[in-house]
Amino acid sequence: MSKRIDAIDLNVYYGKFRAVADVDITIEPKSVTAFIGPSGCGKTTFLRTLNRMHEVLPGAHVEGKLLLDGDDIYAPGVDPVAVRSNVGMVFQRPNPFPTMTIRENVLAGLKLNGQRISKGDADAVVEKSLRGANLWQEVKDRLEKPGSGLSGGQQQRLCIARTIAVEPEVILMDEPCSALDPISTLAVEDLISELKEQYTVVIVTHNMQQAARVSDKTAFFNIAGTGKPGKLIEYAETSQIFNNPQEKSTEDYVSGRFG
Amino acid sequence: MTTTTQQSALHDPKSAGGRAGDKIFSGIALTAGIVILAILAFVALYLVVESLPALTAGEGELTNGKTSFWSYVGPMMVGTLIASGVALLLATPVAVGVALFISHYSPKHLSQPIGYVIDLLAAIPSVVYGAWGMTFLGPLLVPAYRWLSENAGWIPIFAGGYSQTGRTLFTASVVLAVMVLPIITSMCREIFVQTPKLHEEAALALGATRWEMVKMAVFPFARAGIVSAVMLGLGRALGETMAVALVLSPGVLSANLISAGNQTIPAEIALNFPEAFGMRQNELIAAGLVLFVITLVVNMIARWIVSRHKEFSGAN
Repeated sequence: MSKRIDAIDLNVYYGKFRAVADVDITIEPKSVTAFIGPSGCGKTTFLRTLNRMHEVLPGAHVEGKLLLDGDDIYAPGVDPVAVRSNVGMVFQRPNPFPTMTIRENVLAGLKLNGQRISKGDADAVVEKSLRGANLWQEVKDRLEKPGSGLSGGQQQRLCIARTIAVEPEVILMDEPCSALDPISTLAVEDLISELKEQYTVVIVTHNMQQAARVSDKTAFFNIAGTGKPGKLIEYAETSQIFNNPQEKSTEDYVSGRFG
Repeated sequence: MTTTTQQSALHDPKSAGGRAGDKIFSGIALTAGIVILAILAFVALYLVVESLPALTAGEGELTNGKTSFWSYVGPMMVGTLIASGVALLLATPVAVGVALFISHYSPKHLSQPIGYVIDLLAAIPSVVYGAWGMTFLGPLLVPAYRWLSENAGWIPIFAGGYSQTGRTLFTASVVLAVMVLPIITSMCREIFVQTPKLHEEAALALGATRWEMVKMAVFPFARAGIVSAVMLGLGRALGETMAVALVLSPGVLSANLISAGNQTIPAEIALNFPEAFGMRQNELIAAGLVLFVITLVVNMIARWIVSRHKEFSGAN
């Protein structure tokens, strides 16, 4: 249910512009890994290469290898659609489908590729996924109401429920709490710690306390200047990044001296 | 000190000029609004007053031995609706497909020229479309009509012979379809490109293919807009005069779409109005009133369809 990610010498481009350079990283299964760094350092760009969402933008491409339990997801012949159903993603702003009910939102991913499931199975998946996203108690009586009627934090947990409904191997989160209030943030953070029991979780965050609270390992990305590619500066246990970083720039960043 | 500055700001002599500008502009806007309402009221009043003699006429009062106004206008109402309906059935899938191709499938360097070409279709005058339909498209379709008549004659709309000239209601519908295509296409494209990236990416990240993404994110978002676009096209098709008048060889109402026959209200008015006087004129104006009401009803139905899905429109 959860897979290991190895990036080997990965370079990410927007057209001719190299946005992220030479990333080598190993992300362990059943752990939470946080990407931190100043704006524009390429952490979101790198995250989006992990499920091939990066190439949705015209001209965007990737060089290097990205292994999911040893299988290169950028090998020729690999279908990005298949990659994305194995590597789920939660976005910065909650984005439930506005025309769908809460129930339909949870089932959205399951109904893809012409799959059919019985009503009983669907009910089970809806309950399991919503429970998994700590949302069941709040919405069980209004599953047929539109998902867009929920609060921001609930919408974000609905998106997480939608993601885990398809039982991916990995869950990517791109600043999942940046549009949420502190209480909703807490709810999502609690959820992240539960999710790592089953999934490999990778989270991009601007909030260093959040990285310190939820993650097992932390990767610090930085950029040398505008127009230069972002680089992975330091990657270690979260406690080490925050208490005893090896690199000067990491220390400056986590101690709030820049960024 | 601060009080003085605030006061002088409040009494800024320059802002008086701004106020005058505001007054002039709001005056112009108000006048324009009133003029539009007045014109609409006068046209409606004219239609109703001029129609009344025909609408209330008893037997024997109408021209050419017509027994009642409704038996005269009824078949043309049906003819108008069939012609427009078929035109939309033909145009909508093509328009949505082309719009989708431009907005989501084609590479950038292709989408712009295609957009221009589609817009160019809207620039062709309707009388040209009429001439084209009459002299080119009609004869071109004759073999198809022959085949349909011979092989699909058991379907009522193809039963009972076919036209040798191709000047049929179906040909008129095809011409109308081409005419409404650019309207529907460009409106749909506008809406498709506005689909929030957020929802498209949500679908893709779940493992949707491009087409599934379109079904999950683009169509639901654009549904109300597609309905509006189709209604706009329908408005054009219902009111189109010249093309139908030139293409169609009119006749009595018949279910057969591939032979001469049928008539639409606008074409009937255009063909007969120049020589009409007295009661005949009233009849034609009343027919125009009926067309106006049909268009109004169709638009209201469309609005109702759109509003029924309001809760799920994403507007909340």
